[in-house]
Amino acid sequence: MTTTLGFLLPGASRRARHVVYRNYRWFRAAWWVVVSGAFEPLFYLLSIGVGVGELVGDVELAGRSVDYTTFVAPAMLASAAMNGAVFESTANVFAKLRWSKNYLAMTSTPLTPTDIALGELTFSQLRGAAYALAFLVTMVAFGLVESWWAILALPASVLIGVAFAAVGLAGATYMRGWEDLDLVTLVQVPLFLFSATFYPLSTYPEPLRTIVQLSPLYHGVALCRDLVLGDVGATDVMHVAVLVAMAFAGLRLAGRRFQALLYA
Amino acid sequence: MVDTAALVRARGLTKRFGSLVAVDGIDFDVAAGESFGFLGPNGAGKSSTMRMIGCVSPRDDGELSVLDLDPDHDGPSIRGRLGVVPQEDTLDTELTVSDNLLVYGRYFDLPRRVIRERTEALLEFTRLADRADDRVEPLSGGMKRRLTIARALINEPDVLLLDEPTTGLDPQARHMVWDRLYRLKQRGVTLILTTHYMDEAEQLCDRLVIMDNGRIADEGSPRALIERHCTREVLELRFADFDELDRAATRLDELPHTREVLPDRVLVYADDGDAALAAIHDTGLQPASTLIRRSSLEDVFLRLTGRSLVEA
Repeated sequence: MTTTLGFLLPGASRRARHVVYRNYRWFRAAWWVVVSGAFEPLFYLLSIGVGVGELVGDVELAGRSVDYTTFVAPAMLASAAMNGAVFESTANVFAKLRWSKNYLAMTSTPLTPTDIALGELTFSQLRGAAYALAFLVTMVAFGLVESWWAILALPASVLIGVAFAAVGLAGATYMRGWEDLDLVTLVQVPLFLFSATFYPLSTYPEPLRTIVQLSPLYHGVALCRDLVLGDVGATDVMHVAVLVAMAFAGLRLAGRRFQALLYA
Repeated sequence: MVDTAALVRARGLTKRFGSLVAVDGIDFDVAAGESFGFLGPNGAGKSSTMRMIGCVSPRDDGELSVLDLDPDHDGPSIRGRLGVVPQEDTLDTELTVSDNLLVYGRYFDLPRRVIRERTEALLEFTRLADRADDRVEPLSGGMKRRLTIARALINEPDVLLLDEPTTGLDPQARHMVWDRLYRLKQRGVTLILTTHYMDEAEQLCDRLVIMDNGRIADEGSPRALIERHCTREVLELRFADFDELDRAATRLDELPHTREVLPDRVLVYADDGDAALAAIHDTGLQPASTLIRRSSLEDVFLRLTGRSLVEA
């Protein structure tokens, strides 16, 4: 069972897919909960992109002028991937760790804690991919996509989701109560607002620019924007690398923390 | 040499939680086909021992082998061959009865076809066949327990671990669970269970250890333990009030029988309860009520530790 996966992620096995299957059996009865999640980015796009865009006009980006809705839409795609992943991996997983005894039942089987973490993450990102696809189709319908590279924005938004969910999973294991969700929001909201989401990085003065570039969401936003607008370059490799590193670091920590909590 | 007869073997097994020693260097062996019990009050270290056998809790010291493997290295392989009925129900309340078995069976890499066949047989065995498509949440406590047992059997385990299998169930539901466990025992399934009910231990265990404060106080078959530590019968004396009980306790010093003074009654150990009662009446004592009964594991526990097994 320990293959390449086990090498990259100690403790992980193909059994993680059984955790995905468990969630799929649950989803068959509760699909409407899942579908509702697709609307959030759409609302943002309509209110900020179309509404605010009307007032703002065009944005200067990489030496050319871009319509504001076109500018902001890929950022909404990236942010929605982050928001969905963070909610799913913190609030939902915390509840499962604390109240539902599902994980405890899983510990009596050959599953490892990393399998559980990986399975949860995979299912949440299958959901995330469905949302991202729905949003991308909407963007095409609104004429907000300028390049075939945009197809890659789908895996890119999944990568953003995986990276944030992995860190969220690890974070959920440190939560002491619901009040700690406020701390999650305290991190999440500034990331959402200041990751060059609503205006280009060049708007910030030099020292602040470096700080913005430390935000993982900035790399997600920049990546999605480059893909949708067709401005793909070497920096995008760096954006991907940052998100991949974040995903692996988060999952490793989450696996260790699940081990400590469930196998005491 | 590995002792192939023992499915579980522990030597000096120890579990600590901070400064608390939950399991304090215990030794035991469980043979294939045996029904083995840990009897003791809450906090004796029974559940911690079960969790170490079940490879969900690493040991802090000592040796432990389960199915000839080391839980520290082969946790997933060992767990694949165990069935676990935990103390608290851990059923998936968001799924139906049969989906609980389906999903759980998949965790063991069982093919769906195999799970489907076994599900039918197991729901029949636990008398839940007519609830197969119902959600788990509204089931009664007894039904949930039976479903947990069915779930633990989905991988046809070599050993079934049961942590207080009937705690919290009403008498009727308990008997139903006992009946099912007894049938499994007849089929040769190895059972390891914990309990603080002596009747449960007497009904189900071929052999048991009595645990107290993380240690093993004694070990043997229920009958052997009773014979070793007790007389054939026990005479229970209750008195009108505490003063009376105190006076009686002093008076009983004149008699040869061993006894135990509890807050509400005095237990007198005697092979012939009637003769002992006559002797007590001869001393002039007038108990408010008397009862002569066969001695039980409860008495063994009391004699070994000076405390009652189930705190009132």
